Amino acid sequence: VHEYSIVQSLLNRVQDSLRGYDVRSVRRLRLRLGELSGVDAGLLRTAYDMCAPGSICDGAVLEIGRLACPACGGGVRLLEGDEIVLETIDLEVENV
Amino acid sequence: MCESCGCGDPHLVSVDVHDRVLSENDRQAGHNREHFAAAGVLAINLMGSPGSGKTAVLEATARRVAGRQKLGAIAGDLATDHDATRLQQAGVPSRSITTGNACHLDAAMVHHALHHMPWSDLDVLFIENVGNLVCPAVYDLGEHANVVALSVTEGEDKPLKYPVMFKKADLVLVTKVDLLPHLPGISVDRIWDALQRVMPEPRMLRFSSTTGEGLDEWAEWLAARRASLQHHEHR
Repeated sequence: VHEYSIVQSLLNRVQDSLRGYDVRSVRRLRLRLGELSGVDAGLLRTAYDMCAPGSICDGAVLEIGRLACPACGGGVRLLEGDEIVLETIDLEVENV
Repeated sequence: MCESCGCGDPHLVSVDVHDRVLSENDRQAGHNREHFAAAGVLAINLMGSPGSGKTAVLEATARRVAGRQKLGAIAGDLATDHDATRLQQAGVPSRSITTGNACHLDAAMVHHALHHMPWSDLDVLFIENVGNLVCPAVYDLGEHANVVALSVTEGEDKPLKYPVMFKKADLVLVTKVDLLPHLPGISVDRIWDALQRVMPEPRMLRFSSTTGEGLDEWAEWLAARRASLQHHEHR
């Protein structure tokens, strides 16, 4: 179960990506897993639910695999590859 | 401005990342690869189940190329340094990585080990990964080639059950073939058939650390990989 290691890397990626933002809370992460990523979505979610509390992603929803299609708003199918990609982070920022 | 839903809440922001979650590991792996290339060291990531014979393959390799090629090894296990000790006894300078609970090595662990062993004058550095057919396939270590040891006792359908691992393999060593006379239900042809279904470029050697079968071809494969090192672009 390397999913815990993947979640640690994910939390680090979020931290790095939000440098410079005055983060109030992270709302949502969108992750894309290829069919050959070697990562199990269910186990990843379990690991995320354990590791997220107390981290920058405390309370944030993890969306796996399904991306909002910019043109139609529908879901996009998983790609057949080995990618584990953090696509977008939705967050709430402090008053400017 | 909220970019994702258009609700107009100025406090909601959507940040596009579109980057690999393991980009830090990939960066470290690239760094390791540069080190290996600069020193002319062929790095092999040797993977396989616990008990598939990874350490025995390296011991046999050391006997085969003794005095002609300088081998070194990094051996990963959850606990104990037994493998590194075995390899030291076989004349292969080795460093163990004890991963604790981690089921795989990552590029940073390998980099750290490199700082604690002499490796730059080696011809071939073997990275013996943690025994596991799942997790090690996900982490690039900076190796030039992935080799999987699959023993004949593990079952013919392992490549179909663990496709991610076998898709990443450049070569599969089917180990313990000396046991085949005792395993009437096991056919190497069926293992080859399974490998052909999952490996992009299927390559398999019948191997026995006991009888030495396959050792010559394995040594030739290593020598050829090493010779093409400077022309080889990984992935």
